[in-house]
Amino acid sequence: MRFSEHWLRTLVDPPLDSAALCNSLTMAGLEVEETSPATPPFSGIVVARILDVAPHPNADKLRVCRIDVGQTSPLQIVCGAPNAAAGLVVPCALEGAMLPGDFKIKRTAMRGVESCGMLCSARELGISDDHGGLMSLPSDLEPGADIRTALHLDDTFITLKLTPNRADCLSLAGVAREVAALTGAPLHLPACTPADVTSKVAIGIRLEAPEGCPRFAARIIENVNPQAATPLWMQQRLLSAGIRPISALVDVTNYAMMELGQPMHAYDCRRIDGDIVVRFAKPGEKLLLLNEQTLNLTPDLLLVCDEKKPLGLAGIMGGEHAGIAADTTHVLLEAAHFSPSVVQGKMRRFGFVSDAGHRFERGVDFELPPRAIERATELILMICNIPGKTKVGPLIDECKTLPARPPVRVRAARVSRILGWPIEADEVATVFQKLGFVFKHEGDNFTVTPPSYRFDLTLEEDFIEEVARFHGYDHIPQPAATHSQHMLALPETQLPVAALKQRLAHQGWQEILTFSFVASEMEALLNGDAPKVAPVRVHNPIAAQLDVMRTSLLPGLLETLKNNLNRKEPYLRLFEVGRIFLSATADVAAQPYRLGGLAYGEAAPEQWGTASTKRPVDFFDVKGALETLAAPRRLTTAPFANTGADSNDLPPALHPRRAARVLIDGVVIGWLGELHPRLVQHLGFPQAPVVFELDRDLLRERILPQTAPISRQPMARRDLAVIADAHVPAQSLIDTLEKIRPPHVEDIQLFDIYQGSNLPAGKKSVAILMLIRDTERTLTDRDIDATLQEFCTALEKGHGARLRS
Amino acid sequence: MSHDLLPIVAAAKAEFAQAVDAATLENCKARYLGKSGALTEQLKALGKLPADERKAAGAHINEAKAALEAALDLRRAELAHLKMQARLDAEAIDVTLPGRGVGYGGLHPITRTRDRIEALFRSQGFAVADGPEIEDDFHNFTALNTPENHPARSMQDTFYVDNNLVLRTHTSPIQVRWMENHPPPIKIIAPGRTFRVDSDATHSPMFHQVEGLWIDRAVSFADLKQVFTEFLRLFFERDDIRVRFRPSFFPFTEPSAEIDMAFGNERWLELAGSGQVHPNVLRAVHLDPEQWQGFAFGMGIERLAMLRYGVTDLRLFYENDLRFLRQFS
Repeated sequence: MRFSEHWLRTLVDPPLDSAALCNSLTMAGLEVEETSPATPPFSGIVVARILDVAPHPNADKLRVCRIDVGQTSPLQIVCGAPNAAAGLVVPCALEGAMLPGDFKIKRTAMRGVESCGMLCSARELGISDDHGGLMSLPSDLEPGADIRTALHLDDTFITLKLTPNRADCLSLAGVAREVAALTGAPLHLPACTPADVTSKVAIGIRLEAPEGCPRFAARIIENVNPQAATPLWMQQRLLSAGIRPISALVDVTNYAMMELGQPMHAYDCRRIDGDIVVRFAKPGEKLLLLNEQTLNLTPDLLLVCDEKKPLGLAGIMGGEHAGIAADTTHVLLEAAHFSPSVVQGKMRRFGFVSDAGHRFERGVDFELPPRAIERATELILMICNIPGKTKVGPLIDECKTLPARPPVRVRAARVSRILGWPIEADEVATVFQKLGFVFKHEGDNFTVTPPSYRFDLTLEEDFIEEVARFHGYDHIPQPAATHSQHMLALPETQLPVAALKQRLAHQGWQEILTFSFVASEMEALLNGDAPKVAPVRVHNPIAAQLDVMRTSLLPGLLETLKNNLNRKEPYLRLFEVGRIFLSATADVAAQPYRLGGLAYGEAAPEQWGTASTKRPVDFFDVKGALETLAAPRRLTTAPFANTGADSNDLPPALHPRRAARVLIDGVVIGWLGELHPRLVQHLGFPQAPVVFELDRDLLRERILPQTAPISRQPMARRDLAVIADAHVPAQSLIDTLEKIRPPHVEDIQLFDIYQGSNLPAGKKSVAILMLIRDTERTLTDRDIDATLQEFCTALEKGHGARLRS
Repeated sequence: MSHDLLPIVAAAKAEFAQAVDAATLENCKARYLGKSGALTEQLKALGKLPADERKAAGAHINEAKAALEAALDLRRAELAHLKMQARLDAEAIDVTLPGRGVGYGGLHPITRTRDRIEALFRSQGFAVADGPEIEDDFHNFTALNTPENHPARSMQDTFYVDNNLVLRTHTSPIQVRWMENHPPPIKIIAPGRTFRVDSDATHSPMFHQVEGLWIDRAVSFADLKQVFTEFLRLFFERDDIRVRFRPSFFPFTEPSAEIDMAFGNERWLELAGSGQVHPNVLRAVHLDPEQWQGFAFGMGIERLAMLRYGVTDLRLFYENDLRFLRQFS
């Protein structure tokens, strides 16, 4: 909400400068978001009265004015404005004046006629956008007076960023009430004294939905002057609040709303048939609003109607047909109370916001309607009165059950406990008194009745906040209380996520963070026509290409690869840890954490002395990184099955013959492989990236080390070279040996693979080393040979692999 | 040593000194000490001497022999030293060449910031909690005292994935989930991804928050001030940090405070929302507000990272430009 500081100070004027006033508002919870000068800087502009106007001898569109600026003799000024006329009071820039934009006024000759200054429009002074002619000033201003003083232009616009609970401050009176409470300065609110009723013309009001509209105040005023102009001060104040002046009657209702906080509406009596009826809409009804939007009404919408038709959407916006027109002389004023519940959510449904709706949705003081009617009456009589003709009808105040304000129990001890600050009952009482709350108290126990303008005070805690807020959060001291202390669990068999990431970073991998939403096209491209998981759709995506939740980390990795390739990065090792989304449920099991990675470029960063070994990164480079990541647990890879239940586990984004399941101790934790050549080509990568995705938490599992005695016996190494069919997976040979491994074989490792000219076609040589040692005794060659023999037999039986001779 | 031996010794020493490698030296040695070497011949000739001279002559020859052996050893050592020196010279490397390896990759600045936040709060006994990112309406709003149509809901622009399911707009639902499953006292922080329909230089549709929650018998607003102020001083490692708590409104706290921070005399920056947990939130998880109370806060991780590392455009965090990310390695 924005308003002029000067306007606020007409209601409450504490001895604080502008900055201190704003600071006290902010620190009381009414955050001052911005302050700005009401008008741009200018100087040397004074009030001037045009004495007479004569034609310019040499120009049709110019005229020569003699003006009174309070000096002994009149000035001559040449002016082109169409509204220049004798008697008009206008702003005049004297010689030497400085206009906004550092535009200096000089004495000059215009088409041969001397001009001693310039008469100004409102836009030239930065007061408003009006450039229709000279700015017309109130005729009672003294010629020669500085216009900045005369019009209070050295004013500040204050913008409050109000939280939704403080609807009571959506008016000048509300802010003033707060300032008065905080500073103790006297509050001067409009008296709203009942007007002299000069007519009996009234209107019936039927509240058919009292739960939505428990109070409706109204008045008919007849024979107002439809041509009356809104006074400049009121226009200025409305403009300060961001409200465009329209016509005197409309401006008065807006002014009363800004001043008191009560949204009002004015109807043209000619457009109303019979009584006013406040009721819910009937099916099929329509309403054309003032914003030219036609609504198809539904029965949950509350309407203000006459006996034949809807007149407006209650508490939100009036209808186009019954509003004030240029020739309206008989006006019906409305000031009603609508419950927040009937207004909430409706504007969002129709896609607009109105000042009235904004207030009713948050709660408006239900004691205001009659006061607002009296205030508006007073203003209308001030501006639009035709003496002897204008007639004021009686105040109608139809009232059902108003919102309850049940008293709230507040204990001073609890105030202290919640705030952590010992506070005496007397201090609590003082705060409540200054805030104008009605309360009783016996010792520590208070019974407080929330005021009708506060919709946010229903619980003890709400009043505790009032005490804290009023005293200032800054003044709450260091805590004295001590609390129970507990150490945190530190599970050693689960590698912390941070450590997992560090392990990759230490191998040269860079962490990235990408959006959780991705393009459905990309998902489809990666997962094929029949994806195992249909991605969760975002109903209102921020952009069309971010319309589904990712089902893997691949889209983000590939996107990042693409962007960095465009920046000529030759070598990339990327990883991301984050959730993927398998179904639309608020269950972490359906949103597992994954660790995904992508390697691209050479096997090692470009460096000197490695030219002879340069080659593109491959599956095994990345597998090695993952082995280090999983260590000391043993990470293995296994081909995806070609047939059977698991055969569709192969991610379609992978090269089917260069892809593998990744396992730790036999448990599948994810996959690793080259990107499918089809995708490499489609995405325009010069080389196939190697990608992987693993279950983050399975990867974190560790085994608590339990030490065994260290053997003092010598270690023996034996190498075994066997010839096997080329298609036999190397790991299966190792697995076979592992199964029969006696305790004295400490380790079995594959150390070479050979396929070539001196082997039969379709065969490969696999070299395996064994480290052999007994904890108890020195093994003899015989013991060792026996073990090797068993191994050879097992390899031959299991895989048809024969010892290489 | 007898005078007739002196020239032999001198000649041998001169020859040894001339020898440029071990083989030449050993050849020289043979000429004096070998089977038919000059000194060996002398020894052989001893037998021809009269018995009374033999002993003295023998002693002289042995003396000369020992002198030669000593000279030989000296020269051997010299030659070995020269040889080693030559080898070392030949093996010289340019130590100024760069080292080889895969280098260090790096963690994302958000991870770095988040790890730092976690470490500081863990040191105060806050455990780290987590929760789903697709969240139900109940945990994201209703349990946080924000019923449907509540004006506070329009403070956040929410992504919907289903009627009742949203992308969580804050990390606050994690506090609800934690309280549903853990009896008090509760002392957690919950960092994670959050989502709002907003995108410009200062808003990202996906961003990170960290939620804090401390529930015990008497955890007060004063504790909130103390904990958060200390956190900021330690996080930024600056003593000139000013912190102010300003009344505000959140449906799930009462009293509520916005936390602003300023470096020295610079302008105030909004950092976090906070307050005493609203009794309705406690009741929603079946805790008695008369028995249990405490504070909660929520802050943006990006904001802290931007201030700490001088990042001026939020979007940089999600562009994953390596030239940006490497600056945090």
